[in-house]
Amino acid sequence: MKILTEHIEVPGIETIDVYRKHGGYQAVEKALKKMTPDEVTEEVKKSGLRGRGGAGFPVGMKWSFLAKPEGVPRYLVCNADESEPGTFKDHYLMWKSPHTLIEGMIVSSFALGANTSYIYVRGELMYVIHILEKAIQEAYDKGLLGKNILGSGYDLDLYVQSGGGAYICGEETALLESLEGKRGNPRNKPPFPAVKGLWQCPTVVNNVESIAATSWIVNNGGDAYAQIGVGRSTGTKLISASGHIRKPGVYEIPLGITVEDFIYSDEWCGGIRDGHKLKAVVAGGSSVPILPAEMILTTATGEKRLMTYESLSDGGFATGTMLGSGGFIVMDETTCIVHNTLTFARFYHHESCGQCSPCREGTGWMDKVIKRIELGQGRKEDIDLLVDVAKKIEGNTICPLGDAAAWPVSAAIRHFRDEFEWHIEHPELATQPGAVYMRPGASWSN
Amino acid sequence: MEGKNNIVFPAETLDLVKKIIARYPEGKQKSALLPILHVAQAEWKWCSSEVMDYVASLLSIKPIEVYEVASFYTMFHLEPVGEHVIEYCRTGPCCLMGGVEVYDHLKKRLGVETGGTSADGKFTVKEVECLAACGWGPVFQIREKFYMHLTKEKVDQIIDELGK
Repeated sequence: MKILTEHIEVPGIETIDVYRKHGGYQAVEKALKKMTPDEVTEEVKKSGLRGRGGAGFPVGMKWSFLAKPEGVPRYLVCNADESEPGTFKDHYLMWKSPHTLIEGMIVSSFALGANTSYIYVRGELMYVIHILEKAIQEAYDKGLLGKNILGSGYDLDLYVQSGGGAYICGEETALLESLEGKRGNPRNKPPFPAVKGLWQCPTVVNNVESIAATSWIVNNGGDAYAQIGVGRSTGTKLISASGHIRKPGVYEIPLGITVEDFIYSDEWCGGIRDGHKLKAVVAGGSSVPILPAEMILTTATGEKRLMTYESLSDGGFATGTMLGSGGFIVMDETTCIVHNTLTFARFYHHESCGQCSPCREGTGWMDKVIKRIELGQGRKEDIDLLVDVAKKIEGNTICPLGDAAAWPVSAAIRHFRDEFEWHIEHPELATQPGAVYMRPGASWSN
Repeated sequence: MEGKNNIVFPAETLDLVKKIIARYPEGKQKSALLPILHVAQAEWKWCSSEVMDYVASLLSIKPIEVYEVASFYTMFHLEPVGEHVIEYCRTGPCCLMGGVEVYDHLKKRLGVETGGTSADGKFTVKEVECLAACGWGPVFQIREKFYMHLTKEKVDQIIDELGK
């Protein structure tokens, strides 16, 4: 079942003519000519679509919070700042099929009553920005953007905004600050963007994938979307698969397939690269807890784990993780967990905006301490120190970057403490090139 | 409007700047800052204080409002750079694919450390965080172009090609 990527490999799908030939812009026709904004919102609510950027908050509910004071403009801002390590699905979708996003932007803007909308794309994807701008121009030329779209009386201007290289701008209030031409420091909430967002006007910020899905929902109805998936994990999800698998790439899965199928089926990742075995997975982007092979495949109660919001988080952080952004990073037995954790700790240290002391100082501490462990200069007390620092960051910052920085460190120690201890106790072995700790009796699952 | 040291956009770039400013409501022209800094960096390769002062004058904002932004976002070079800036991803997924070894090879080949510029002024090497191309790693970026599935041999080819 493919909703977003059904035609993504069709040659020329980036052009409006080919896109329309494959059913493109029917949702705009239907929504603007036959539905009211409230009816569109109602379908999105019924679909159960949840925010695909990582938080998983119901999209329809987020829309319903939008304040609508008379005479004040409202804005839809698309979050295309995709920067969570392991995640490259929005990059892929916008690059291959820009009109999929633009169509969703028109439908969603109509539902929200926004007459100006922005797509905030991370600056590193400048070539994607050019692709989007070209596609937007095509949409203007065909009367799908601008004044009185398709004679419906609805006006919409759509612009692309470039970021400048800052992970924090994926946090919605930091993104709005950035869009106002400022440093990306997250705002205190409340007020939420739905009340005071871009230029203090009511604003909805949604991820690329969430917005893109709204066209299918308009065409086929919210109920049809809700029939795909399991329970509260409705619809399809783009998963960015990277690491030691045979077929890295972006896959659109119906939510609810097993993790085992996703890793080993030829339809998806195609299994672990030849001659190697699964050691660990980071299932939802760098910030979610890493899980060892046996825990990612099976829940603590012995059930096969599913690719859903609920099943991946089953067992809490003791034995579970999160679906997050769908950044699925697979590691085989050659992976040094300490080194991998170091790259994540260094990432969050680099990307902390510096506004809140626990995050600004704590990410630096974690980076420094893991680095000295990796370099064979670790101290016995360092592991507990890391756990302590992570605990003191978590929940004590304005935005979730603090949590995102703390979780990968505390989870790596929770599940791979012996690897950290080995680095500290045997620096002469651990600092050999390519050295990886082998747990006594370890037989990594196939 | 003209900056110091003949820092001024060509006429057609000024038209682009005007178009960018028109994307925002009246009085919200500061929103154009990041897009225009990208345009300025494409023109002058790096953001000197003269360039930033000029951008401030175009947007009718204070120079400090440009400095604080340019120094926050890692894409803006605040010091002179070589002809080609190689921005090399150093984050986990690329490392899993052998990114560290390829990076070491790149630095050795150019005789530079991170942040350095090769003796011939052709290449500056910078480490960057995740470029959202994890399934195609290891990756680096030069200007708008992504170079993916890097190996030592591929790096040599790219350097040979661009170093001509």
